[in-house]
Amino acid sequence: MTSPFRTPEGGRIDRSATVEFTFDGQVLRGHPGDTLASALLANGRHQVATSVKFGRPRGIAAAWAEDPGGLVQIEEPFPEPMLLATTVELYDGLAASGLPGQGRLADVPDSARYDAVHSHVDVLVVGAGPAGLAAALTASRSGARVALVDEQSEAGGALLGTDDELDGAPAVDWVAAAVAELAATPDVLHLQRTTAFGLYDDGFVLALERRTDHLGAAAPKHVSRQRVWRIRARSVVVATGAHERPVVFADNDRPGTMLAGAARTFLHRYGVLPGREAVVFTTNDSAYDAALDLFRAGVRVQAVVDARPEGSPQRRAECEGAGIRVLSGAVVTGTQGVERVTHALVAPFLDGEVGAGSAIACDLLLVSGGWNPAVHLFSQARGRLRYDATLGAFLPGEELDGVAVAGSAAGVPDLAGCLADGQRVARAALGVPAVPSAADDRLPTAPEPVVPTAPLVLWRVPDPSGAEGSTSFVDLQRDATVADIARAVGAGLRSIEHVKRYTTIGTAHDQGKTSGVLTSGIVAELLGVPVQDTGTTTFRPPYTPVAFAALAGRDRGRLFDPERVTALHEWHVAAGAVFEDVGQWKRPRHYPRPGEDMEAAVLRECAAARTGVGILDGSTLGKIDVQGPDAAVLLDRLYTNLMSSLKVGSVRYGVMCGVDGMVIDDGTVLRLAEDRFLVLTTTGGAAKVLDWMEEWIQTEWPDLRVHCTSVTEQWCTFPVVGPRSRDVVGAVFPGVDVSNEAFPFMTWRDTTLDGVPVRLARISFSGELAYEVYVNPWYAVAVWQRLLDAGRPHGITPYGTETMHVLRAEKGYPIIGQDTDGTVTPHDLGMAWAVSKKKPDFVGKRSFARPENHNPLRKHLVGLLPVDRQTVLPEGSQIVEYRTDGRLPAPPVPMLGHVTSSYRSAELARPFALALVKGGRERIGETVHVPVDGTLVPVEVTGSVLVDPEGARRDG
Amino acid sequence: MQLIACPWCGPREEVEFSYGGQAHVPYPDSPAELSDEEWAHYVFFRDNPKGRFAERWNHSAGCRRWFNAIRDTATYRFERVYRLDDPKPVTP
Ligand SMILES: [Zn+2]
Repeated sequence: MTSPFRTPEGGRIDRSATVEFTFDGQVLRGHPGDTLASALLANGRHQVATSVKFGRPRGIAAAWAEDPGGLVQIEEPFPEPMLLATTVELYDGLAASGLPGQGRLADVPDSARYDAVHSHVDVLVVGAGPAGLAAALTASRSGARVALVDEQSEAGGALLGTDDELDGAPAVDWVAAAVAELAATPDVLHLQRTTAFGLYDDGFVLALERRTDHLGAAAPKHVSRQRVWRIRARSVVVATGAHERPVVFADNDRPGTMLAGAARTFLHRYGVLPGREAVVFTTNDSAYDAALDLFRAGVRVQAVVDARPEGSPQRRAECEGAGIRVLSGAVVTGTQGVERVTHALVAPFLDGEVGAGSAIACDLLLVSGGWNPAVHLFSQARGRLRYDATLGAFLPGEELDGVAVAGSAAGVPDLAGCLADGQRVARAALGVPAVPSAADDRLPTAPEPVVPTAPLVLWRVPDPSGAEGSTSFVDLQRDATVADIARAVGAGLRSIEHVKRYTTIGTAHDQGKTSGVLTSGIVAELLGVPVQDTGTTTFRPPYTPVAFAALAGRDRGRLFDPERVTALHEWHVAAGAVFEDVGQWKRPRHYPRPGEDMEAAVLRECAAARTGVGILDGSTLGKIDVQGPDAAVLLDRLYTNLMSSLKVGSVRYGVMCGVDGMVIDDGTVLRLAEDRFLVLTTTGGAAKVLDWMEEWIQTEWPDLRVHCTSVTEQWCTFPVVGPRSRDVVGAVFPGVDVSNEAFPFMTWRDTTLDGVPVRLARISFSGELAYEVYVNPWYAVAVWQRLLDAGRPHGITPYGTETMHVLRAEKGYPIIGQDTDGTVTPHDLGMAWAVSKKKPDFVGKRSFARPENHNPLRKHLVGLLPVDRQTVLPEGSQIVEYRTDGRLPAPPVPMLGHVTSSYRSAELARPFALALVKGGRERIGETVHVPVDGTLVPVEVTGSVLVDPEGARRDG
Repeated sequence: MQLIACPWCGPREEVEFSYGGQAHVPYPDSPAELSDEEWAHYVFFRDNPKGRFAERWNHSAGCRRWFNAIRDTATYRFERVYRLDDPKPVTP
């Protein structure tokens, strides 16, 4: 079955094949090579949707991404909202529906894959029209590495929508030859269906390649649906063409109203007649081509309405020779019709005044108000624009390093000029002579351009209806009119950016491709200022909408951020661990037994470590190997306490501060040799501390002979913790005397296990007798298993980070970053003992002498015990004074501090918390309040060490 | 995304670098001898010019070396990079 508006022949569609699709529930047919828009038009369907605010019928008004009218939602094969019928390529089984300005997100997961590719080139050419192809050919013939990207399904640009000739043959033949030549050149990357949507610094361009969208259900599953090309180019040639601009008049939004050039494209590229009876309204010569082409294809052209007083004498003669009536000095003032234009209202136009008009019957109203060069990418690169009063358009107004604009994007009007411009710009980009030097580097000959009659710059036709432009649409997608702009200007807005935000013009799907410059012109008119002064709104990426899924690429789900796991990860999984994220690490949080929730599991794990023996995978602990004759000097300068006095074989706890005297990390340091230390950091602080050391070494103390490297992943670490830990470690490492005398607290010993080196350290983060076992990750599972086997008689219990936190909090050991926040000194933490008074200086020392550091109302780390022995205070809760009436005082309520850590304690048989409290150490024994869920919970302030304050347990 | 020329690695993507604030602010020789105000100037006070600024940068996801750069804070352009042991360039 032939579609009623399909031409009998011609176009770049495959007429031998038929594609069946559904639109708004109606089954229709088209051909491969169609867009959804061209197929709808071929079936006589102009209206696609209704408008967002007024519900007015809207149709296809352009042939590509500048269309403000034809918004659709794809329903099948995968739901996708807010696409343009003009840019959706037709495929079998496509089901779509028109959208009233707003789409619906899919409610099923997107099964497609998205990807990213990097590319580095000498020259990136954006746009494969005549200028872009000429530029790409010139660059590739010079031996440069070239990328050519173009948003359409095939190369050719504007040539696809004309019957232009080159070298006496159809111009599309030259396009095919050029594409073939580029394909045969190894250093050329040529991508169609690829939109360069953002131009950034230093020749960095993001381009979206749509790889399978046009294949529908036939898309191969192994190919990513879309991918983002991240192209770095020495030079970027912007050959993005121009967008035709409408003229605004009353009821200019009725379906059947279309840009003149778009009608040519539908005819020549898709073999579609957009109507039977056309009126052509223009301010320039270009629309005459549309009138003549459609006439030759059998459309009755009722009139060419030319706003210029004299029209174009030359084009007028051509039309009249074909029997087409030309009305010069006339305008279209409005339309009639409901779902489709039925009449154009035409009136004389002289000196800005509209005369008495008449209605001309038509089902197609073509409009041309001139052409806006597509300067988006140039402007994104912060290129300044210049207003050209003759063209009524903004053109590139300066030369940019590494970015050149060619062809109609630079305002070049004709085919021959575009070809030459593309070549010139490519040569300039490559720094080769401007005169063609090689015979084989010639460009095809275009017909001698006809010198056009100067266009008339006309933004809008006065509304003769008395409605003051309230149906004269500037931005069809936003339903914004001339009246809206007048209201904005009337409200005192002068800046085009303010008018944009007040009227919402240019903020929709098309980002003002047709409405932007019109708005500048109309605002300038209303304000009585030159358009140059009004300027345009800022062009920002993306040039056309890009799906978030494409930007995310593969960086989603598990690949969003790298996952770090320890050598024991599989063991943890098999043991049923519940994991938590600690930075990028996956750490077991607890190991619930059947029927246990976290609270029960943690109480059990805590009890095991305090009364028997527990074991933790502490491999994520940061480890830095510090080597060199000046290693001790470095550590003395960076830690608040003295490290140089540490004996080989011993371990010391240390605190690091910033120059402001605030704690940035803490941990233990093992002296391995006179010139070698192993610095242990918090899991989260590992990278930061290494960076900190490097920064000081490189920027302040380059004379120090010291080197640092991360060995976090070179050592697995298992703290074996609890009164029975000595039995377990002694059994696994019989060569080590684990007695307190031979192996005292805060020392380390090296040993071997079946020839594998193992380091043991008496370090305790729980207050219990404990041995940390260090081993190469290759042997981690084996050593861990031996420890478990040896511990079985003692009920050894693997525990996770939650238990680790409870145990350390019971001992008042702070977690830097949880119990501190960058405003906390060692003294605030009650760690004055860890601050050396002997050292003349260390980082942070001078700040301790600042008066504020001696303010008695500084916040101190203290313990809190809820008096009801029940409430687990939410971490982050505020702390307020005790009130006998149990009510909050009137706001602003004076805050004393906040809860930093809070847990249920098996050992204490009650919940407890750590908190930063103003003058906290002076308040020990007092009762304060913590508001929890609207009630005030009384809590007793205690010292920060709640379990074994005398430290009796660490030696077992 | 800008390219930043690491003095050791050449031009690399800006995401490989991290910022280190104003350059040529040395750690005082004898902090203990400074007044609170002088010390506070070292710890807290930095210039914030519009235009050329001598800054510290770190090629943190590359060679991990620190270097200095003259950068225009209004245009973001790096005018030159130099090593820590190079003197501060005289800018017009
Ligand atoms: Zn580097």
